[in-house]
Amino acid sequence: MKKKKQNSFRTTLGKVRAMGSAKSGTHHWMLMRLTSVALLFLILYPIMGFFLYAVYGGREGALQWLHSPVAATGVVLFLIVGFHHAANGLQVVIEDYVHCNCAKSISLFLVKSIAASCAILGVLATLKIFFGV
Amino acid sequence: MPSSTPGKKARPLSPHLQVYRPQLTSGLSIFNRITGIGLAFGLPVFVIWLLALSKDAATYDQFLHCAHSTIGTILLMGWSWAFAFHLCMGVRHLLWDMGLFLDIKDVYKTGYVALAASVVLTIGIWIKMLLVQI
Repeated sequence: MKKKKQNSFRTTLGKVRAMGSAKSGTHHWMLMRLTSVALLFLILYPIMGFFLYAVYGGREGALQWLHSPVAATGVVLFLIVGFHHAANGLQVVIEDYVHCNCAKSISLFLVKSIAASCAILGVLATLKIFFGV
Repeated sequence: MPSSTPGKKARPLSPHLQVYRPQLTSGLSIFNRITGIGLAFGLPVFVIWLLALSKDAATYDQFLHCAHSTIGTILLMGWSWAFAFHLCMGVRHLLWDMGLFLDIKDVYKTGYVALAASVVLTIGIWIKMLLVQI
């Protein structure tokens, strides 16, 4: 293919470095938007439940609430989408401020694994309540 | 950038936070990030609540004891506002992504609206909570 110099959008510095684009940023960007839209619909119900029962106590009421399949589904979806959004958001913050490659890799690994573990813990606790404590 | 990287010169940087005059736009952006980080730390508390609930009454009482302490109450109130603020700012970001409200006047207008909406939403959450009997 014949390349015309004036048609290239790459900077001269970019050409010398010859790294190309990262080819993965759009996916992350899109996921942040998708999870934020999903959270708009998912967040209010579980959060109100949490605040209600955390402030007033009512253990029996909370258990009864989570025995309903609709509430349990809402909480499980919220946990998965919420932790995904939180981990990806923290990833952006870490990538913005942590420039040392080693510290960056370790903190990204920690954030992702802690988020995944917490999400699984939450889902299992919800299922345990749903199937009867 | 680490100066040790070969082939990389020290290049001019965009103005840092310290030399930037505080503005509503930058302030809201910074607070959106801070509340996001705060909420990421609040999410595990939600999981702890579920875990305490799934165990027994004594464990749940312990959780309530922490939640009802002064620090617990301040944290819960803080998280409720952070949640409302991050939600309103998120909606503002989604509208920008759709190409709406992008000129500077609208950016300020939606900024004030989002700020006010977050306060109204927080007060609304707590009023609704006070009204509910369980």
